[in-house]
Amino acid sequence: MAGKASKARGAETIDTAATGAAAAHTPSAFLEVRDLKIHFPSDDGLVKSVDGLSFELERGRTLGIVGESGSGKSVTSLGILGLHNRRNAKVSGEIWLDGQELVGATEEQVRRLRGRDMAMIFQDPLSSMHPFYTVGQQIVEAYRIHHDVSKKAARKHAIEMLGRVGIPKPDRRVDDYPHQFSGGMRQRAMIAMALSCDPELLIADEPTTALDVTVQAQILDLIRDLQREFNSAVIMITHDLGVVAELSDDILVMYGGRSVEYGSVEDVFHRPEHPYTWGLLGSMPRLDRDRTERLMPIKGTPPSLINLPPGCAFSPRCAFEGLTDGKATTERPELRESAPGHKVACHLPAERRRQIWAEEIAPKL
Amino acid sequence: MTAEAAQDDVLVSVEGVVKYFPIKQGIVFKKEVARVHAVDGVDLKVRRGETLGIVGESGCGKSTLARCVTGLYPVTAGRITYDGEDITGFSRSRMKAFRRDVQMIFQDPYGSLNPRRRVGSIIGDPFAIHNIADGADRKKRVQELMELVGLNPEHYNRFPAEFSGGQRQRIGVARALALKPKLIVCDEPVSALDVSIQAQVINLLKDLQDELGLTYVFIAHDLSVVRHVSDRIAVMYLGKVAELADAPALYEQPRHPYSAALLSAASIADPDEAERAERIILIGDVPSPIDPPSGCRFHPRCPKAQERCVAEEPALVVRDGDAADHLTACHFPVEPGDDLTRAHAGISQESTAPALPEATT
Repeated sequence: MAGKASKARGAETIDTAATGAAAAHTPSAFLEVRDLKIHFPSDDGLVKSVDGLSFELERGRTLGIVGESGSGKSVTSLGILGLHNRRNAKVSGEIWLDGQELVGATEEQVRRLRGRDMAMIFQDPLSSMHPFYTVGQQIVEAYRIHHDVSKKAARKHAIEMLGRVGIPKPDRRVDDYPHQFSGGMRQRAMIAMALSCDPELLIADEPTTALDVTVQAQILDLIRDLQREFNSAVIMITHDLGVVAELSDDILVMYGGRSVEYGSVEDVFHRPEHPYTWGLLGSMPRLDRDRTERLMPIKGTPPSLINLPPGCAFSPRCAFEGLTDGKATTERPELRESAPGHKVACHLPAERRRQIWAEEIAPKL
Repeated sequence: MTAEAAQDDVLVSVEGVVKYFPIKQGIVFKKEVARVHAVDGVDLKVRRGETLGIVGESGCGKSTLARCVTGLYPVTAGRITYDGEDITGFSRSRMKAFRRDVQMIFQDPYGSLNPRRRVGSIIGDPFAIHNIADGADRKKRVQELMELVGLNPEHYNRFPAEFSGGQRQRIGVARALALKPKLIVCDEPVSALDVSIQAQVINLLKDLQDELGLTYVFIAHDLSVVRHVSDRIAVMYLGKVAELADAPALYEQPRHPYSAALLSAASIADPDEAERAERIILIGDVPSPIDPPSGCRFHPRCPKAQERCVAEEPALVVRDGDAADHLTACHFPVEPGDDLTRAHAGISQESTAPALPEATT
């Protein structure tokens, strides 16, 4: 299904780009993702990693995407960057980056944007850097692809970037190999590489998961400072609610490839309305609260992306599924606005949700 | 938890334990060229029925210490006594009996279960090794264990691959419980799990402790998890204990600057709190345990370090104004009201970016 459709769409995008005519949809936001679907056919069936995701992001703001493993958060980021394998992934929907549509764009077009306009910080800097080349060579390569400069100038830029991200003695360190760096420094080098072309969109996929807490604090500080300096839009993907609380302006909670809640940090942490978000908050032991006797885990396990439960994907694990008159197991809930800027995909009536949160969930957290 | 365990009812006592790993080079004759000082003089007591948490960054020696306590690693020096007996001198047969009492839960639920064996035989292994039960009796006991940890006993014949991460960790717990141990050493039991599953396993461990009167040594790098489960907490840094205290005391008033920095660095899942939080940002990374810094090992990163810290190693003792079981290894402990974010070290703060050993030829 995707082959023909995406080709047709590709042609359309090029047309609009060429003529400069108004497209069918003119996105207002810097990054706009609309009804994004990324499916992978497999021997066992179609894996719906991302299944109808929409969000917007402005320059200078940070969107936190939270979810458990297998919720589709990393696939989303790879999809935006066009890093998924085009042969075995079926992508549909729209991704608009600064007025340019990416889903239908050719590989060549995406490659020109990748690195220059959008860049990514990966989770594991050891496996995402090439062990055979020095850190400097890798930054130089990324820089020279997009800038017509001499090797010498690019190297100077690489040293400058390494210094900027806080690597001591960058002029010497630039000739080191990745294995000679510690975990925290590798992540800094990774950030230097991502920022070397001054991208407007930075995607950080679990940037601190592999790091120790004291180093995590350093890296989060660094990302925050650099974002202020470059005024880039940042997507922060993580399973750690603490990290998003600190860094994000808006939060998207994903479950089973779909977004279940979307709102500002205050909305999601102080007025969460989706039972899954309640579950996440209840599962976390927290330093700033009294040491309660028991945590409140979510029962069951995350669903298989091949056989999502019918209706609401969270319904088998939801404690309030019974209050929806059976709608939760038959009908898929839409992401609807429940308060300005705060969207929730749940069949429970909004007033009921707020009541449950205030009376049953919040006091126990 | 059973915090009222008698103060002096010590189950495990770790006295001056040292564990070095030699680094050898040479083709024909292996010459020891350096040593990793993984655990370098640790004194700890684990009381019966309590949970002792051990926190620290990677490479601080917490896992090595755990493996010494379970007898998996022989110690280089020092003594570990279990129930009054020195385990370092145990014979093979005595060690086997000791291992009935002390079990371990590992971090990685994928790596710690043999993928080619059925769950029933994995959990039944301890019975086979110790010749306790076989045949129908073993099967019955294994199924009881599976039920105890919340697994469906009918899944007896499944392979580990058919279970999710959280369920696999439950299999690991069931295996550890098989011989009714007294002490369980949990080495990062939940760090590989998703948040919602993490809470299930933590609750399970707590319930089992209440039910079976277990003693836990609980190792984790996640401070909020450790605080939630532990009665007392030891903070380790580069092979040494920096601070040892009751969990609430440590979190309310950390005395060692490293504990304070560690606590301040932990992320808080609340936007308002996070806004208010004052971070103590440490410089650089943990130095290499091959060549640890002189004096106090934390001095190159410590915001309060003075000349004395470079020269003299601080002892782990009770500092002024602390409770009798709040031990801190620091010459200049953090006083209430101290603001470490503005503290100035009396010595130059060097970056501790790991100096890799120059190729020793």
